Amino acid sequence: MQISTRRDGFNHPESSSITPLAIYQSRRDLIRLMATGVAGAALGSLVARQAFAQSVALPGKNVALPGSRTRVAGGVTMDKVTDYKDASSYNNFYEFGTDKADPAKNAHTLKISPWAVEIEGMVKKPARYTLEDLIKLSAQEERIYRLRCVEGWSMVLPWVGYSLSELIKKVEPLGSAKYVEFVTLADPRTMPGVGSRVLDWPYVEALRMDEAMHPLTLLSFGMYGEVLPKQSGAPVRLVVPWKYGFKSGKSLVKIRFTEKQPTTAWNRVAPSEYGFFANVNPDVDHPRWSQATERRIGEDGLFAKKRKTLIFNGYEPQVGQLYAGMDLKKFF
Amino acid sequence: MHAMAFPGHLPIGRLLLRPWAKPLVFALALLPCVTLLWAVGFDQLGANPAEALIRATGDWTLRMLCLVLAVTPLRVIFAVPTLARFRRMLGLFVYFYACLHLLSYAWFDMGFEMTDVLRDIAKRPFILVGFVGFVLLSVMALTSHNLVIKRVGGKIWKRLHQSVYVVAGLALLHFFWMRAGKNNFAEVIVYAVVLAALLAWRVVHFARKKAL
Repeated sequence: MQISTRRDGFNHPESSSITPLAIYQSRRDLIRLMATGVAGAALGSLVARQAFAQSVALPGKNVALPGSRTRVAGGVTMDKVTDYKDASSYNNFYEFGTDKADPAKNAHTLKISPWAVEIEGMVKKPARYTLEDLIKLSAQEERIYRLRCVEGWSMVLPWVGYSLSELIKKVEPLGSAKYVEFVTLADPRTMPGVGSRVLDWPYVEALRMDEAMHPLTLLSFGMYGEVLPKQSGAPVRLVVPWKYGFKSGKSLVKIRFTEKQPTTAWNRVAPSEYGFFANVNPDVDHPRWSQATERRIGEDGLFAKKRKTLIFNGYEPQVGQLYAGMDLKKFF
Repeated sequence: MHAMAFPGHLPIGRLLLRPWAKPLVFALALLPCVTLLWAVGFDQLGANPAEALIRATGDWTLRMLCLVLAVTPLRVIFAVPTLARFRRMLGLFVYFYACLHLLSYAWFDMGFEMTDVLRDIAKRPFILVGFVGFVLLSVMALTSHNLVIKRVGGKIWKRLHQSVYVVAGLALLHFFWMRAGKNNFAEVIVYAVVLAALLAWRVVHFARKKAL
């Protein structure tokens, strides 16, 4: 039995359970059609058209990458999607500079073809996937996720990709594999920021196995119905919507299965500020600022009050049980 | 007079005495503020205007602080005594940009929730350091009038206003702390070098003066 309390927040309906407007508005016609027995064919074509319906206008900046509506619970938030212009010009991607305008300016040098992702460590089937094979590994879905940056701002982004669990199942992790480590590209020739001493390169992130297997954890190849822009982590990146943005590594080159908890990039340089879990949590402040509120980019104007940050970025109904009994103040 | 001691030197000292000199410096010092207001009005501050404003006003406070602390060394080194006429005005501009900085933080980051602001000051050393600097600047701004100087006497007044060095240290620490999270100290180092040079010059200059 599902018991909902006020702490769960609003449970967004699954996108699959929402009747498309066109069907709702033509329901009487539908009933008539059903009555005449031709409903099956008519509905079939409608569903086919619906399947790749884009929820946002294509920006027309990159090659189209359509995704079907996802069936994953919590996979489509009802929040207003952030403008592509903001999403593609306000980025943290330190390999291309620490200013948020830097990645859009500098990332054009990133060479994304050919690209391959190495799967190694404690798996039965270590492999080297070319980008082409990786994209085809499972059906591309559109997921509209909230993104909460540890710096106190947020966006709503329509990603295209599939659950990382699809890939994990294919490579068959050994029983001893407890963590999944994500290694990102660090190429000093094309990435001017890699020369800086801000972080140890390459940028490494990691998840616990159950987090990596959660259906919301997305291996993403695109956003806004197109392949990822370079400043957003092309050609393939991770998206973990209930954690601060820095957990979602960009431009992945290696996925490694390990027994011990890997040392992650931000945790290594500032362990008191950035924990391994980095779950969005309004009750655990960053030492230098509060995490209780956030500014939604493009929506909360200069004079608007910041909005309240939700525990697990509003994905508690889906992921809360992963952390049952854990002291979230200690394991931040 | 001193300026003329260097033959062929621009008589900048005399130019600074012209009636338009002060309004001109005033307008120049106000220019960053005008530019920022323009950017707010025409939505030119990028995806996160609040963050842009808080940072820009902080940057300009630091720059004005460097400028006002450069007045005396420049005056002595280039023998332009008339530069001293601009010191108070520039000092008040430091305070002006510090006010805009605090206002941006309290308004755009804290939504004018005074309890949140106070809690933030108490909880975060980085904010506390900035706030103490602001309080010191307020004391100096409030005692900047000639009448106050006469009332308290030059000696005490000078002591009081020497706290500008403390403010410089606090401002630098505040900025350093803010950048520490990203290990990004390039700009912090630039300000540190400028402020250290200005301070070092004073130490040497006054040591020499005493020795004479």
